Amino acid sequence: MAYKRKTKKQTVVDLAVLAPLDWVDERTAFVRGTKWFLFRNVPRDISWAQTLGFGTLIAFTVQALTGAILAMYYKPASEIDPTTGKPLAYASIEHITNDLTLGWLVRGMHRWGASVFVILLFMHMGRVFLFGAYKYPRELLWITGVLILALGMLMGFTGYLLPWDQTAYWATVVGINLNGTAPFAGPWLSQFLAGGAEIGSDTLAKWYALHMLLIPGALIALIVIHLYLVARLGVTSPPWSQEAAGRERPVRKPTGTRAGLVRRGSEGK
Amino acid sequence: MSTNGPDTPHVPGPSLWPIGFAIGVACLLLGLVISWIVAAIGAILAVVFGVLWALDVTRDVRGDVPAIAPESRAAAQAAAEVEGPEEPLPAYTRSRFLEASLIGLSAGMGAVLTLPVLGFMVLPSFTNVEEDEVDLGPLDNFPEGEYVIATYLSKPEQGEVSRRTAFVRNNGFSEAGEPSFTILYSRCVHLGCPVQPNGPIDEDAIKKVRNVELRPVLAQSFGCPCHGGQYNAEGNRTAGPPVRSLDRYAFSIRNGNLILGDLFAVGNVSGTGAGATIARYPWSVPGTHVDGLEAWLYPIVPSQVTG
Repeated sequence: MAYKRKTKKQTVVDLAVLAPLDWVDERTAFVRGTKWFLFRNVPRDISWAQTLGFGTLIAFTVQALTGAILAMYYKPASEIDPTTGKPLAYASIEHITNDLTLGWLVRGMHRWGASVFVILLFMHMGRVFLFGAYKYPRELLWITGVLILALGMLMGFTGYLLPWDQTAYWATVVGINLNGTAPFAGPWLSQFLAGGAEIGSDTLAKWYALHMLLIPGALIALIVIHLYLVARLGVTSPPWSQEAAGRERPVRKPTGTRAGLVRRGSEGK
Repeated sequence: MSTNGPDTPHVPGPSLWPIGFAIGVACLLLGLVISWIVAAIGAILAVVFGVLWALDVTRDVRGDVPAIAPESRAAAQAAAEVEGPEEPLPAYTRSRFLEASLIGLSAGMGAVLTLPVLGFMVLPSFTNVEEDEVDLGPLDNFPEGEYVIATYLSKPEQGEVSRRTAFVRNNGFSEAGEPSFTILYSRCVHLGCPVQPNGPIDEDAIKKVRNVELRPVLAQSFGCPCHGGQYNAEGNRTAGPPVRSLDRYAFSIRNGNLILGDLFAVGNVSGTGAGATIARYPWSVPGTHVDGLEAWLYPIVPSQVTG
């Protein structure tokens, strides 16, 4: 191999970017790990349908970030403030929405983003089901996904109480008592959720802790497992894939308005 | 097990048994609502098909038992001659002992750390949940045959979150000469929403007895705003989804004052007012049956353990 003098630009890139990355990678395998996780081969005929899982992940990240920031201003207390005559929790929600700069936006993102998260969860699940992507060897992906769905619904259930207004309170009473109608364990579950025979002064803080500490912790752990399995097992071909059946890809020439948009020589690839 | 390569799915072949199993389970659940005969048929179907399914799925694992010829003395002797003298192996090594004791110690320490924490998470919901008796004031506050809405704080230190509402009606005296009251708890026995009296509330006639507020109301029926449950003056369901009659308070009369006691659940009330016969059961969660076949789904509820 002939000796080739490095250009100045290459030297700068080597020193500023590659050398530190090599230093980190040699000690942690971080760069190799990232490449293993992100730079994977995927089937040629995947489509936008396969991006729903990533969309769900983004929705969860938005919920986690906005939630952490809302927690800086929210007070999970049912006591009534004697000056305003309103419960502290409700007053803090009003404060976030009406007084604090951009509070309305972040609360709105968290409130509507919750629905977006659950809707995307179901769409992602529907895609996986309809494409048969839950089959061998991806059974554990489906199982962890179902657990993530259950925890996602629990996040919605526990978060609904936190504004501590009439809708939140009575909807939660109904939700707790719905759990109570489950056979055998139901009454015990509902009394645990209510923190006594009825909702009391400790219930709000308990649900706040469930909503922002316990359930998200379990959810993040499950998401990590889910993503590891995605990277390990890869993306499935769609059921109509010709490649999966071992057949030649048919040569299709673009027609109509698309004909002019395709680079010459790339037809049929 | 099968000797398939990694690319061949290790899945059982198609089977019809799960379908029968599912039908059995569905039949069983349907039977819980309709009749025990359907439930029994469903249970039998589920068990039979479940066993068949399990046998089908585990066929590879169990494998066929090979036919073994009875051992003869000659063969055994031959085998004994082939085997040489065995070296005695240590049955339980030092490293295995250390490993086991480390795991055991760690498990013990983990239990000591986590069990009290888990207990603290769960037990406060079930212990010290009794509420104090509430004094509703002198009997004169309750005109005979009319409902009065009584609201009070069951735990004043907890504030408004502990506000409870009862509908109190003075029935006069029973045949035995005992004073009789109908005291309904306002929570719907469908899913716990606040039941409202179907009639105008006389806000001008409001009376306050310590921390209890009394409002007379012209109503002989009650309705729930959440899902449309309706109850008559005795608390019996007349429409909508509730599964039993409205819960009631036990009461006592002390120094001429009406005292609210514990809540209890009511299956059904026949008759009216002082002459009513009340099917009384220990209090249970809204939406749960206290009588009939369905009550077997709730054999022990927390209120029966913690009081």
